[in-house]
Amino acid sequence: MSDQNRMSIVVFDGTIDKLFPVSIIASGGVMNDMRVDIFLTFWGLLAFRKGEPYKVSKVSKDYEEWAPEMMRVLQEKKVSSWYDTLLQAKELGDIHIYACAMTADLFDLSKEDFEPVVDEIIGVGEFIAMAQESGTTLYI
Amino acid sequence: MIGNVEVTREIDARGSFCPGPMMELIRVIRSAQIGDVIAVLSSDQGSKRDIPKWTAKANQEFIGVETLDGYDRIIVKKVR
Repeated sequence: MSDQNRMSIVVFDGTIDKLFPVSIIASGGVMNDMRVDIFLTFWGLLAFRKGEPYKVSKVSKDYEEWAPEMMRVLQEKKVSSWYDTLLQAKELGDIHIYACAMTADLFDLSKEDFEPVVDEIIGVGEFIAMAQESGTTLYI
Repeated sequence: MIGNVEVTREIDARGSFCPGPMMELIRVIRSAQIGDVIAVLSSDQGSKRDIPKWTAKANQEFIGVETLDGYDRIIVKKVR
């Protein structure tokens, strides 16, 4: 049975134009009292290595011509960073953030290599079991 | 009317983008006392729609929204 009050998000990309929607959609989950499980894999996971989140400034290849304009408006309008938005959402709500075990193994990363916001390293089977129980699953 | 409501606390979230004002309100409501009236000042386009919806879902009381000069003043009462 899937639970309409649960959302699972796979974060594959580690570019700023993808990480923003991750943090904003997770906030939307918190507003709606949902449990949100976030699975960080590949480039999405690398963005959560210690010291990395605030450094992310790349935009997806498809939209790269927008990168300077995007960074300019973010700065000019003093938009909270995607990472602060995610930290705030996690503090206020029921958000769990997992590192993909396969990616961690591939790049020789262990829990200490990630920002403390990452709760655990888990395998895909465990995450998909969460997705199976979620009314909403997104891949970003 | 909104003008007569005594506001306990005002959150100035002008200049903050969606979901900032909404999340600030959630934070403040949690620590507020029952009966407190909170006004959120926001200049983003999402809050005036999000906040009333959230208020209904969270079973709090939505008092109203007034549009002022370039921003909205959204008022919510903590009732539970």
